Amino acid sequence: MHFESWSAFWAMGGYAFYVWLAFGVSGLALALLVAQSFYARRSLRRYWQAEQARQQRIAASRSRQQQNSKLADEVD
Amino acid sequence: MWKWLHPYAKTERAYALCGSLLPWCWGGALLCLAVGLAWGLAFAPADYQQGDSFRIIYLHVPSAILSMGAYSGMAIAAFIGLVWQIRSADMAVSAIAPVGAVVTFVALFTGAAWGKPMWGTWWVWDARLTSELILLFLYLGVIALYQSFEDKQQGAKAAGILALVGVVNLPIIHYSVEWWNTLHQGATITKFGKPSIAPDMLWPLLISIAGLGLLVAALSLYRLQSEMIRREMHRPWVQAMFKAQEGNHHAF
Amino acid sequence: MIYPLAGLLRRELALAYRQKAELVQPLIFFVLVISLFPLGVGPGPQMLQKIGPGVIWVAVLLSSLLGMERLFRDDFSDGWLEQMMLSGLPLPLVVLVKVIAHWLTCVLPLLLVSPLLALFLNLSPAMYQALVLGLLLGTPLLSLVGATGVALTLGLQRGGVLLSLLLLPLFVPLLIFATSAVDAAAMQLPYNGQLAIIGALLLLALALSPLATAHALKISQN
Repeated sequence: MHFESWSAFWAMGGYAFYVWLAFGVSGLALALLVAQSFYARRSLRRYWQAEQARQQRIAASRSRQQQNSKLADEVD
Repeated sequence: MWKWLHPYAKTERAYALCGSLLPWCWGGALLCLAVGLAWGLAFAPADYQQGDSFRIIYLHVPSAILSMGAYSGMAIAAFIGLVWQIRSADMAVSAIAPVGAVVTFVALFTGAAWGKPMWGTWWVWDARLTSELILLFLYLGVIALYQSFEDKQQGAKAAGILALVGVVNLPIIHYSVEWWNTLHQGATITKFGKPSIAPDMLWPLLISIAGLGLLVAALSLYRLQSEMIRREMHRPWVQAMFKAQEGNHHAF
Repeated sequence: MIYPLAGLLRRELALAYRQKAELVQPLIFFVLVISLFPLGVGPGPQMLQKIGPGVIWVAVLLSSLLGMERLFRDDFSDGWLEQMMLSGLPLPLVVLVKVIAHWLTCVLPLLLVSPLLALFLNLSPAMYQALVLGLLLGTPLLSLVGATGVALTLGLQRGGVLLSLLLLPLFVPLLIFATSAVDAAAMQLPYNGQLAIIGALLLLALALSPLATAHALKISQN
């Protein structure tokens, strides 16, 4: 270890502001990129699920309509 | 080349290849970045001239190298897409561009934060910073062009051509800016020459470069996969994959 | 092959002649931008001479962007471009002819008003000579690279702002070398080197840009 104590490490020989600013902002930028990548994938899957559910609803209502019309025919 | 590439022309196969590379890239990136940055920040000796502020090098140099590296990767993908008409290569262009732009931003920001204690200002029109800035503009151009197209396939091809035009121009821009800089400022400011760097400082730097490189690779591959899903949402392979994942979710 | 291409050039020139107003507007913009600078930074002749080369070249870049869209937009929207692709003429040559016509009609007038700028910005005769030589070599480069950019943004509804975003970074080397040629002339130094580099860039663009543009046009046409 180059530094004698943790406080010396955080102080970075007087350059704390610049060193930690550089590391902080870079880390934040990369973390945002990672988060955005994961979020985009998740919203893709959500979109697919929503579409899937919609198609099921359409199929269900179509079969219900068919049954209804059959019932109507029988009543006649 | 064609024989080697041909199987991956099928998006499904390319997706699977990305999937098998991804865990290694994420794992390697985490490991190398943790080791390289911790070593560089805490264990490497301080520079005798710049004190501890030189530790920004462990982010600045890797991101500067990879900003160029990602651009060349993007241009190679564009070239493959153009010559062999491989769809996944076209998609790779739009997947790499945002990653490259963020890495270029990191290189610029760390350069500025290093410049303030060393040069006394946040920004100087130093040759390297200026060409990084123009590189960022080139990335933004590729992203903006791709985003403007409704038809993503057409957009990916257009972005690919722009990336190739950019890669022809990049060396010209780089040398012109360097020449312009020596003309206007003399050599007083670019004092981060290439003095021989001590091995204690070099090793963490190399490890950080590898780490950031793997992170860039992982992000690019992951975004490429997302791009493939988005474009081929209604193809059977995507349906099958999502259904299998659904099954897993219900099982747990 | 030569005959249809010559006919093409005649057509372009005739079309441009009929839309005179559209050609004059970028020119007025150019003179206007240049005359704003003395108002903005003060009319000191020394100062104007110092910033002159940079101001003129930046104004050239901006005003060339204004007229750039004319290059393909109308031909794209009325289907002429599609006809050209089907005609069997090599598309890169068609592109080259269009770029030449565009340069003759949209960019050459900038050269004609340049004596006025030399007066406005207090350029010495040596500087003016370097400026004109730089413009002669550099502006065809602008048209060639610009053509690729226009072809890429052709399929889009609003390509104007995007076009400048794509093209301006690519114009950086030209700006650097062309202004430095004028600066060198101001200091009585030789500026052959800068002109030679611009010439080399022009040759490179001449070889590659028609191919890239033709390909981009095919993509836009889908």
